[in-house]
Amino acid sequence: MGALRNLTVSQQIGLLFVALFGILTIVTIIAFSRTLRERTDAQLADHEQFKRDLRAVWVGSVLFWVAWVSGAVGSTLLFGVISFLALREFVTLTHTRRGDHRSLLLAFFIVLPMQYVIVATEKFDLFTVFIPVYVFLAIPVVSAFGNDPQRFLERTAKIQWGIMVCVYGMSHAPALLLLDLPKYEGRGAFLVLYLVLVVAMAQIAQEVASRRLRRRPAARAISRSFSWRAWGLGALVAGVVGASLYWATPFKPIPALLMGFVAGGSGTLGEFVMKALKRDAGVRSWGGKASVTGAVGLLDRVAPLCFAAPVFFHSVRWYFGL
Amino acid sequence: MKLPEVAGLLLATVARLITGAQGHWHGSPPKAEQRIYFANHQSHFDWVLIWAALPRDLRLTTRPIAARDYWTSTPLKHWITREIFNAVYVSRQRTDDEDPLEPLMEALRNGDSLVIFPEGTRGNKGDPAPFKAGLYHLAEAFPEVQLIPAWIDNVQRVMPKGEVVPVPILCSVTFGAPLLLAPGEDKRLFLDRARDAVIALKSVH
Repeated sequence: MGALRNLTVSQQIGLLFVALFGILTIVTIIAFSRTLRERTDAQLADHEQFKRDLRAVWVGSVLFWVAWVSGAVGSTLLFGVISFLALREFVTLTHTRRGDHRSLLLAFFIVLPMQYVIVATEKFDLFTVFIPVYVFLAIPVVSAFGNDPQRFLERTAKIQWGIMVCVYGMSHAPALLLLDLPKYEGRGAFLVLYLVLVVAMAQIAQEVASRRLRRRPAARAISRSFSWRAWGLGALVAGVVGASLYWATPFKPIPALLMGFVAGGSGTLGEFVMKALKRDAGVRSWGGKASVTGAVGLLDRVAPLCFAAPVFFHSVRWYFGL
Repeated sequence: MKLPEVAGLLLATVARLITGAQGHWHGSPPKAEQRIYFANHQSHFDWVLIWAALPRDLRLTTRPIAARDYWTSTPLKHWITREIFNAVYVSRQRTDDEDPLEPLMEALRNGDSLVIFPEGTRGNKGDPAPFKAGLYHLAEAFPEVQLIPAWIDNVQRVMPKGEVVPVPILCSVTFGAPLLLAPGEDKRLFLDRARDAVIALKSVH
């Protein structure tokens, strides 16, 4: 790894993308060659699912690359659009009333753009408190002027939650890109990739573990698959993956392991919470056939990241004493 | 591309960004046949939503109905309805010597498709109000034109009555199988059947 450290930043990042797209190309070619074989229906269904996931990874990687190439403005814009689409899905499936119209307008057209402008201008102190402090007050005020007391707390809480998860959580991903760490200038892309990778690994490992272990679910009414042991294994795998990537991060191996564990573990816990929310709204996933509205299920894909990103971001800042 | 086309594309893109404008076709494929789409009416946004949910080539031949006094009152409103939507203008004041359906009949004679909201006015919530007779007369006069029911979901949340800025919430338009007017069918029975066909699409997804 010494040779890698001697490369310039842009060379390292170039290498990162060459490796990423190289691996994706190989996986795609293998997947395509396997379609030529004859298979049973069940295998075919599995393969369809895999193809959908693979396409999502491709789209994600290309977007990630575009975000990197276009710099701070491009990446904040990209994550801003993702935030917008996720919040749109969230609001669609929560029951808001007429009186919430103005607060929803505030959330979509003022809070969301402002949060990303704050990220792009790297005002990280304001960025951390803008939504939890100022918007926390502004939304119920606007809602109260909607002059509708019915289920007021519930409606306001739902809008607050949507903003916290879809805007506040998500905006920490571009913030990582722009965070200037000592001796790590301009390499934020590695941090974002590290975060995305460990969160994805934690999800996959937890999924596999809960299928193999068949433990008693920790909360049956919410998730049939979530058990503490599977969660721990998922977070542990995330930690190991994180440690194996330490050379690309500003951390030493042990902190890299801990960071991976924390990020992966909070991502899967976030997924668990989203499951409870979906149960509450009466849907199985935010998208797909079950949805009345034809939502694409973007929220399902980004929710773990929305929960993991703030935890990871603040762990990094705290670790470096920024 | 000319300005109205660009403006139209822009408007359709904005409508999709805000509402998703998902079109679900159950029982009738999106084909360039002459059709009358009839749907529930809850918001000013309804027409834009149906229009944005249609494929682009169908948008060119599918026309809305617009109240002449309101939609020609300012140059901008007139331009939008005339150039972008190619609307069919009807006058709301009844005069004795003129059939209010005549502009619609003329558009159908030209081979255009129409979108109509047979409730006549925007309903508040729940099931649509009883349908007005216009749909029956059109079906009688043009038996070869397909009648496609459509259910617009969720749009009242995007822009409630009295608000001007739409909130981004996902909506969908479900198009159903063509409805046929049976020979000699009673007017009221047919209109109720048409209304039921629209309501039935509520639960199809």
